[in-house]
Amino acid sequence: MPTSPHIVLADNSVRAVMFKVLAALVPGVVVHAWMFGPAIWVSLLLTTLFCLVIEALVLAMRDLPLKPFLSDGSVLVTAWLLALSLPTLLPWWLYALGSLFAVLVAKHLYGGLGQNVFNPAMVGYAVLIVSFPAHMNLWPAPVGVAGHTPNLMEALDLVFAGQGAVSPDAYTAATPMDQLRAQVRTGLSAEAVAAASFGLHAKEALVLSYALGGLLLLAHRVITWHVPVAFLGALVATATLLHLIDPGRHADPLFHLLTGSTVLGAFFILTDPVSASTTPLGKLIYAGLAGVITVLIRSFGAYPDGVAFAVLLMNAAVPFIDAYTQPRVFGHSRGRRT
Amino acid sequence: MRFAPTPDEPRLTPFPGGIRLPAHKEVSTQRPIAALPLLPLYVVPLRQHIGEPARPIVQAGDRVLRGQMIGRPEGYVSVGVHAPTSGRVLAVEPRPVPHPSGLADLCVVIEADGEDRAVEPTPLDWHVMDASSLRNRLREMGLAGLGGAVFPSFIKLNPGARRSIPILILNGAECEPWITCDDLLMRQRASEILLGAQIMRHMLGAQQVLVGIEDNKPQAIASMMEAAIGSDIRVVAVPSIYPAGGGKQLTYLLTGRETPAHGLTTDVGVQVFNVGTAYALYRAVVHGEPLTSRIVTVTGHVAAPGNFEVRLGTPIADLLAAAGGELTGATGRVIGGPMMGFELKDTAAPVTKAVNCVLVKDAVHFPPPPPALPCIRCGACARACPMRLSPHELYWYARHRDFGKTQALNLFDCIECGCCSYVCPSHIPLVDYYRFAKSEIWAREREKKAADEARARHEFRLQRLEREKQEKAERLAKKAAERLESGAVSAQDPDAERKRAILAAAIEKARKAKEGVQPRNVDDLPEAVRKEIASIDARRTGGNGADPTP
Repeated sequence: MPTSPHIVLADNSVRAVMFKVLAALVPGVVVHAWMFGPAIWVSLLLTTLFCLVIEALVLAMRDLPLKPFLSDGSVLVTAWLLALSLPTLLPWWLYALGSLFAVLVAKHLYGGLGQNVFNPAMVGYAVLIVSFPAHMNLWPAPVGVAGHTPNLMEALDLVFAGQGAVSPDAYTAATPMDQLRAQVRTGLSAEAVAAASFGLHAKEALVLSYALGGLLLLAHRVITWHVPVAFLGALVATATLLHLIDPGRHADPLFHLLTGSTVLGAFFILTDPVSASTTPLGKLIYAGLAGVITVLIRSFGAYPDGVAFAVLLMNAAVPFIDAYTQPRVFGHSRGRRT
Repeated sequence: MRFAPTPDEPRLTPFPGGIRLPAHKEVSTQRPIAALPLLPLYVVPLRQHIGEPARPIVQAGDRVLRGQMIGRPEGYVSVGVHAPTSGRVLAVEPRPVPHPSGLADLCVVIEADGEDRAVEPTPLDWHVMDASSLRNRLREMGLAGLGGAVFPSFIKLNPGARRSIPILILNGAECEPWITCDDLLMRQRASEILLGAQIMRHMLGAQQVLVGIEDNKPQAIASMMEAAIGSDIRVVAVPSIYPAGGGKQLTYLLTGRETPAHGLTTDVGVQVFNVGTAYALYRAVVHGEPLTSRIVTVTGHVAAPGNFEVRLGTPIADLLAAAGGELTGATGRVIGGPMMGFELKDTAAPVTKAVNCVLVKDAVHFPPPPPALPCIRCGACARACPMRLSPHELYWYARHRDFGKTQALNLFDCIECGCCSYVCPSHIPLVDYYRFAKSEIWAREREKKAADEARARHEFRLQRLEREKQEKAERLAKKAAERLESGAVSAQDPDAERKRAILAAAIEKARKAKEGVQPRNVDDLPEAVRKEIASIDARRTGGNGADPTP
């Protein structure tokens, strides 16, 4: 017996939401390939393939229907975000391992779609950076900065055979963030490093393309303004404060804004609906604290980038935040807790 | 004299959430309100309003006239029911009625005689009539809210202890898609509606009358504004955002006053009536006609959609026939709108005061909902909720039968408007979960009440038995003592010693009873059960975490 409401919003589905996210990622992927060479296609393809296969296997093991869950697009979003968070040209089995932790552990062991406490892509990233820090520090440099940018065949060779005609030294370089750390340790001022950092123009292009995708998500109401504004705002505020206290040790806010996965995180990772807070005030707290933690980890922590850990820490706090930030229900007086 | 809204129009205060819906109003607004031909048979339910059903005052074989009362209001929250035409009562029996449950209810079945003779109309001199008797007449004349909730109007027209209600709002929002009965009524009978509003205003002692109409009904707005010329009634166009026609939503929109939870709009000095009710009130007071008909929209997948002036009791099958009948490919019928209406199970069910629309569904406009996927917590539902609830959280707890938590999240503030289900990308039938949780909670409360009553009865009985026993023992002991003293048991009696012992035992027993030494009702239980009870008692007294049997 059908019950009310008897109508639903047309062209609205989980699949539609996920494919809008994927579409919004396309500018970023294209710019990535343009600025850093075609290697991104290899890692993107690999994580997509691994994530899909793992998802299918786990669904089969859990006796769940394959079609609705494989086609909902959520696993593709996980795969793409994982690929965009990881360095390109890693050995293939690292992409497999990252995918395994993202899809099997972070997603399905917590109950599958909609049930994961932690952002799956960030779990995959975190496991790899904790377990294989050496590999994860090999970031290919932008085209024109590196001595040699591997072409597609060379990229495949590096990923699958682990070695090729080119040595890693030829195509990788320390990222601006790594450089900053090293130089600060050896006494060069952060300002000097930031100013002289290679490849920031490539990063800028990439960041702008992610921001463009984020604006598309905002325009299509896939995400609300709360998370990006709170995250970027808190990140800039914290970075500014630290920079004012000690400009020699702490980079300026623009540097934080343009490096690492700040903007990707603001629009695509922290906004993952399943693992984010759902109340308006909760989103501000969740994303704002993530911004603060990101800068703190980057400035004082042992890891080069803090976004992943900040996201995971705040993911863990979401049930608590949501419970205490429920909006005032219409007709109820403010401040009355139930 | 004003046509267009002027700067002194009340400022609109948007209510939280809400959604824009495809209206499909044009389908049924192409022609004016049409009357239905007189039918051979009418089935008039005695429960057409919220509250107690009317008590039938006719029986099979009686002759009735149009407008004659056939059901007398019973109890306070009740109104009269009247014959829709003249004829003979065939039966007073349960018949299918338009109700979500699909159950039958008591109806008066009237065979029309074709003459349609009416009782003498009894217009009311409302200017001079005493308020209480005026309300009582409206109660007898069957006035109930025609917006769908069918609450007895005479109760809402009683300002009660407040003495007056400052603001009267006429609800012409008609925010549900497809429905146009209020639209057409406002286009065609605006002055009559406003006359009804003036009577309402008089009864409430209201200073201000506002008419809220969604801006997707420009013709109705123009017509009502024209009728309002020369009066201080304000006709206000409101944005077409569902559910603007909800009483609390419209009140907030037009006045900025927020009705307290579980309260009424009168708590903030506002009374809201549907425009159809104002029109029916006008007919009742000025023309002395009880409520025997209403405007019904027939729309959707029918040959000739439109609005009809329908006698209450008209079988819906006949109404559908008047609208040209259902087209092939009809997939069901909804009573009311697509957002809050319910599926009609039997077209033999009649039109009642609550039926504002019969919507015939087809596969194109009403495709079966796609299979539900897990909730991804996207929050679209929370953004759409006009009550600012957290539908995704309510769903989570309702699904896991954690009803205490659903109540803590204010489940009972949910108005079941359907916004959350409409926008859900996972196509979860959210409202169904809330209905389920509500009915479970109601059922549990009923059970608990019944159990409490049973326990109280049982305890009272035990007490009574104990008291009787005690009284009896006392009586016996007194008697025995008297006999002992009076020497009734003489020394010569060979049984004297035995009798003395029996009497002494009886006195002892009575004393014990008096001291309250009595058997416990657990003494006859098996060992295992007694152990369990002991462990429960221990846990209770031991406080939290002292459970000996984990």
